[in-house]
Amino acid sequence: MRFMMLMIPKGYETATPGTMPDAKAVEAMMKYNEELQKAGVLLALDGLHPPSMGARVSFRNGRATVTDGPFAEAKEVLGGYWMIQVKSREEAIAWAMRCPGGDNETIEVRQVQEFEDFPADVQKAAAGFEQMQKQVQGGAG
Amino acid sequence: MSTEIHRRIEAVFRIESPRLIAGLARLVRDVGLAEELAQDALVTALEQWPRDGIPDNPGAWLTVAARRQAIDLIRRKALHERKEEELTREIEEQLQMSVPDLEAELDDHVGDDLLRLIFTACHPVLPTEQRLALTLRLLGGLNTDEIARAFLVPEPTMAQRIVRAKRTLSEAQVPFEVPRGEDMAQRLASVLEVIYLIFNEGYSATAGDDLMRPALCEDALRLGRVLAGLAPEEPEVHGLVALMEIQASRSGARVDGKGAPVLLMEQDRARWNQLLIRRGLNALRRAEELGGALGPYALQAAIAACHARARAPAETDWNRIATLYRALGQITPSPVIELNRAVAVAMASGPAAGLAIADALVKEPALKSYHLLPAVRGDLLHKLGRLDEARGEFERAAGLTRNERERALMLERAGKCVLTR
Repeated sequence: MRFMMLMIPKGYETATPGTMPDAKAVEAMMKYNEELQKAGVLLALDGLHPPSMGARVSFRNGRATVTDGPFAEAKEVLGGYWMIQVKSREEAIAWAMRCPGGDNETIEVRQVQEFEDFPADVQKAAAGFEQMQKQVQGGAG
Repeated sequence: MSTEIHRRIEAVFRIESPRLIAGLARLVRDVGLAEELAQDALVTALEQWPRDGIPDNPGAWLTVAARRQAIDLIRRKALHERKEEELTREIEEQLQMSVPDLEAELDDHVGDDLLRLIFTACHPVLPTEQRLALTLRLLGGLNTDEIARAFLVPEPTMAQRIVRAKRTLSEAQVPFEVPRGEDMAQRLASVLEVIYLIFNEGYSATAGDDLMRPALCEDALRLGRVLAGLAPEEPEVHGLVALMEIQASRSGARVDGKGAPVLLMEQDRARWNQLLIRRGLNALRRAEELGGALGPYALQAAIAACHARARAPAETDWNRIATLYRALGQITPSPVIELNRAVAVAMASGPAAGLAIADALVKEPALKSYHLLPAVRGDLLHKLGRLDEARGEFERAAGLTRNERERALMLERAGKCVLTR
């Protein structure tokens, strides 16, 4: 089973461009990341630049609109993520609890959808992509 | 009855148990005893943590609890390896340690201890099925029921298998150590074989199987990654991890909407997991950077990487694949590898070149009942316009395969071998 651990640092929603975490926090986090790796459960991780450097794209009636950050109405924003591979929801939570998070930090644990999770009609819709590819390529394969 | 807190405690134990068992095994010099002590610590945790909360450092807590039990147990059992008083005193000294000192002591030893545990669980004195079971139990953190379901045997059978494995190790007085010198290569090969067997057991699972079975791929990957962290200077460890990551990357594309297997060259590559591919290519690079000729796992990984890098079948680097199969065949000669080389050479240099290699395999006794040999020859003969011979080969393949779908496919291809005039 795969899970994402989404880091939500309170205050990051107003962080100025180029904001970086402090060295001590980084050191503690590096140790944690190493633990995840040594345990064989870490698949991926990344930190994200603050929303002030980002943009939001929203949709209405099939049309897209862009808004540059920061986003006044956002109360919680992502600071980074880990993707881990574990046997259960409880194990994912156990790992999240080991993170040396600060007082302002929350980790949201979310299970990754696997293809088999989808109901038959969604799988079929996704499978149609392959057929389309074949037709476009003139049946080569 | 399992409540939320019990499940959480069990999850914590699953995370901690390999290191816990490994550290205890170093102390008491017996993996069976170490595992018993770890289980006792879990029982204590299940009693106390719901009341007191899960401790901040569960590993240290469990270690202290287990070592206390060790003193009791040692006094009740006779230990052949170490003098009872000496061992008891050593453990009592360690129980005096402050928690930060204990944590530091655990940290110092943990890498070596885990390696010792892996090598012991995969010891060649044990029959393969016992190595698989013991590895999943001691290092995979699976319980007996889970392992039983994964290998499709009743739980008591699996329990017995594990008991026998521990007893054999005890009676053979297998030392709890990392092999040295000349032994290392062969012992490491045994460990890699166990991990890859677990992976293949999972890879062979079909839809409708107990979910523990495909999960074996994840268990094997996890073990491989742990080993890569513990033995980073061993290229074949990285090679095996690379192979497993890349094979696992295709799991979403291997089966079609009706549950039928899809051949690699026909898979929807949009469903290949690019994260796992990237991890696999990174692991392969690490193997290559360690220098020396690539070993069999790294070579197989390199072949898998050729496919993984091709965004479409037409972009496949068949020349490279053919070269890799040749190298693989030189280290581990096998007619099946040679047949795969024939297919790659045909794709790279044309059907005649591939057929020459396949023809040389016709007299191979090992391939006498192997349906893929006539299947490949049929395909190449068809491409060369030798339709009568192609039909004969497809019919032979249909007769040899026990798989209904394969047989139908071979008969269909035979039926198409008709000259149009």
